Amino acid sequence: MLPMMHETLILIVGLLAVLISASVVAGVLSWRAPKPLSPTLVNLTQRINAWWVMVVAITVAFFFGRPGMTILFALISFAALREFVTLTHSRRSDHWVLLGMFGIVIPFQYWLVWTAWYGLFTIFIPVYCFLLMPAITALHGDTERFLERVSAQQWAVMISVYCVSHVPALLTLDVPGFEGRNLLLIAFLIITVQGSDVLQYIFGKLFGRHLLAPTVSPSKTWEGLVGGLAASSLLGVLLSFLTPFSPLQAAGVAFIACLMGFLGGLVASAIKRDQGVKDWGHLIEGHGGMMDRADSLVFAAPVFFHTVRYFWTV
Amino acid sequence: MTKLRVSTYTLLQTVTSVGLSALAWAVTGVRPIWNGSQPSDRQRIYFANHASHGDFILLSACLSEKERARTHAVAAADYWGKTRLRRFIAEDMLSSVLIHRQWTDETQHPISIMLSVLDQGHSLILFPEGTRNMTDEPLLPFRSGLYNLSMARPDVELIPCWIENMSRVLPKGQFVPVPLLCRVVFGAPIAIQPGEERRAFLDRARETLLALNPRPERDD
Repeated sequence: MLPMMHETLILIVGLLAVLISASVVAGVLSWRAPKPLSPTLVNLTQRINAWWVMVVAITVAFFFGRPGMTILFALISFAALREFVTLTHSRRSDHWVLLGMFGIVIPFQYWLVWTAWYGLFTIFIPVYCFLLMPAITALHGDTERFLERVSAQQWAVMISVYCVSHVPALLTLDVPGFEGRNLLLIAFLIITVQGSDVLQYIFGKLFGRHLLAPTVSPSKTWEGLVGGLAASSLLGVLLSFLTPFSPLQAAGVAFIACLMGFLGGLVASAIKRDQGVKDWGHLIEGHGGMMDRADSLVFAAPVFFHTVRYFWTV
Repeated sequence: MTKLRVSTYTLLQTVTSVGLSALAWAVTGVRPIWNGSQPSDRQRIYFANHASHGDFILLSACLSEKERARTHAVAAADYWGKTRLRRFIAEDMLSSVLIHRQWTDETQHPISIMLSVLDQGHSLILFPEGTRNMTDEPLLPFRSGLYNLSMARPDVELIPCWIENMSRVLPKGQFVPVPLLCRVVFGAPIAIQPGEERRAFLDRARETLLALNPRPERDD
């Protein structure tokens, strides 16, 4: 903990400053607005309140170090997997496979994170679950919409468990000269990617003219994307003191992570549109479900993990 | 002694009910959607679709603690009364009302048993399909109980409740639930219209319940 005390303090003060100003702005807007409040303002306040809760939860996990982070992200995987499976088609004969996804795949994958067994961590889901889950489904003998069902199961564990588990797995990397400070990598990833979501939204609202993928999302614009990515790369530079990266490298890494985050949000929107829903769930007041908040992190985490692993570890 | 017994059972039932509601929330994140009715003190019959043993736990988890304490699920005696353990679970832990689907003795008449519970001021949870629905149909035809109860006690509100996804969480024959998100949609109360025939009313009640399904296109 000690080597990071200084950085942690700056982080907490910075986050508090951002959240307090957001709450003050929302409070003043609501106070001056005609009553009853417009749905946009109500939603803004709900979203900011939810951010308080999320920041507190992550900070608490942060202070518990590796066990805290591993447990927190296992719970996030649980919530995300539950939303994913709820949304997709399954049949009565899938019961045991679904149970296994919650009861075996999540605990085992996070146990691999915990023990830093990198070799199995990277292939357990893409190789073993990929092959064995459809085998179990076939053994049950129910072939109705078979490919659709097994594909949905694969996607569910890849997105909600495999990808998410790369966040706490950052703690297992050995970056020379950065020992004992890996938690800060998680802070860097989460703040830039989630910050990028907010910045893309703000730039889109302010300057958005040209829709990027109108059939997928009515709110994603080229202006929002370019402005958001530029601003979050800059945020990466500001946060480079947390990381083993030089300021320029931090901009590049943040850019890649946030671009992946954008693609994650786009894919999540396509899935939701295909399934005919607006939100993944209702876990986080004002935001929707866990996946509505985590979709960008899901795509960013594995790429960020492997970027750091390839270029910065021995 | 009897007093002790009674308070032991009350404690057992309270602990069970709070525990099951917490479990239902942890597994399914269940939340009520009041779409046409509101929580109230009025005496009610909640009628719902039925595909899983978890159905009534989910529905009760959506009620306030006070309402939950006076609301009893109606369950089949030929299933829940079969063994001592099942009877203990149904009657002593869950305080359900057991009725015989095939009765012989007039004192076992389901309607008179349910009416006597209503007359004590309790509310009921009723599954008018009469059994867990295992077919591909979203809802089986309703049996007559709902009509008979409402004819006899027209002041009791009939609230349709659509239970979403529970058949996937805990299908018939399974005992370990899969965590999936569930909602319970509470619709506007319905009543028998003057001169309405039994079958016409039951079909209308069924249609009303079906119409509450928030995602009818994908009832798997």
